[in-house]
Amino acid sequence: MVTQVLSLTRSGLADFVVQRATAFILTAYTLCVLGFFLSSDNLDHGALVAFFGTTTMQWFSTLAALSTVAHAWIGMWTIGTDYLRPAHVGGGATVIRFAYQAVCLLALFVYILWALSIIWQF
Amino acid sequence: MPHTQRVTLDRVTADGSSVWQGPPRLFGLNLETEVMKTDRPVNLNLFAMSWPIMAIASITHRITGVVLFVGVAFALYALDLAMSSPAGFAEAAALVREPFGMLVFFGLLLALVYHVVAGIKHLLLDFHHGDTLEGARMGAILTIVVTIVVTAVLGVMLW
Repeated sequence: MVTQVLSLTRSGLADFVVQRATAFILTAYTLCVLGFFLSSDNLDHGALVAFFGTTTMQWFSTLAALSTVAHAWIGMWTIGTDYLRPAHVGGGATVIRFAYQAVCLLALFVYILWALSIIWQF
Repeated sequence: MPHTQRVTLDRVTADGSSVWQGPPRLFGLNLETEVMKTDRPVNLNLFAMSWPIMAIASITHRITGVVLFVGVAFALYALDLAMSSPAGFAEAAALVREPFGMLVFFGLLLALVYHVVAGIKHLLLDFHHGDTLEGARMGAILTIVVTIVVTAVLGVMLW
């Protein structure tokens, strides 16, 4: 049995559920932010801060940021395990895939810290 | 309508006959309890596949996912700048009006709309809506058409 050490939850079924739950959250967040941009006539710095600075939006943004990390990790892991295989990239596939996963992890780490610093600056 | 996918371990050879690749069998029964094989047949050679519209819609879902993964950096940069100060907001607004900024803005909008629409289609498929051959073809076409219409409308409204 293959041990899926680099999947998010080490369980295909759990990853499947997490991918869909986070997709649901991210769709709701997208509609919410889109609704704000579409409904504001004169968008300026004050309106932006007033919207994203409310406690409700700060927590919603935090939830969306965390969902993005989980969703992107599962998605990028899936792509990596599908295409970075010995049949595609040769015998060093495991090393290449590990490096790819490390880059993804680093990017997501930067993203979450960056997002949280933007969200909670007020 | 069964929703199970039959997985076969027969590998078709060049002369058209099939060769059993699984564990040894006796009258169709496995002689090994461990059936997971590391050399089980896989076909993910993207250049050897045929590309019906469902496959194009599917790979586009993946590509837009990768585009969004990279695009988050641009979105965070713009949001960070716009939230920092009124001067920063003006700077971000000017950036989006530059050719490269416009490319990123509309590229990300298109990728986001496609990924969400294709994701909703995927959830419907999870509940077995439209998972017949014709349903899947219709779903793929709808995903592409809805994406183009919604992106065009949003692009005009947001700009």
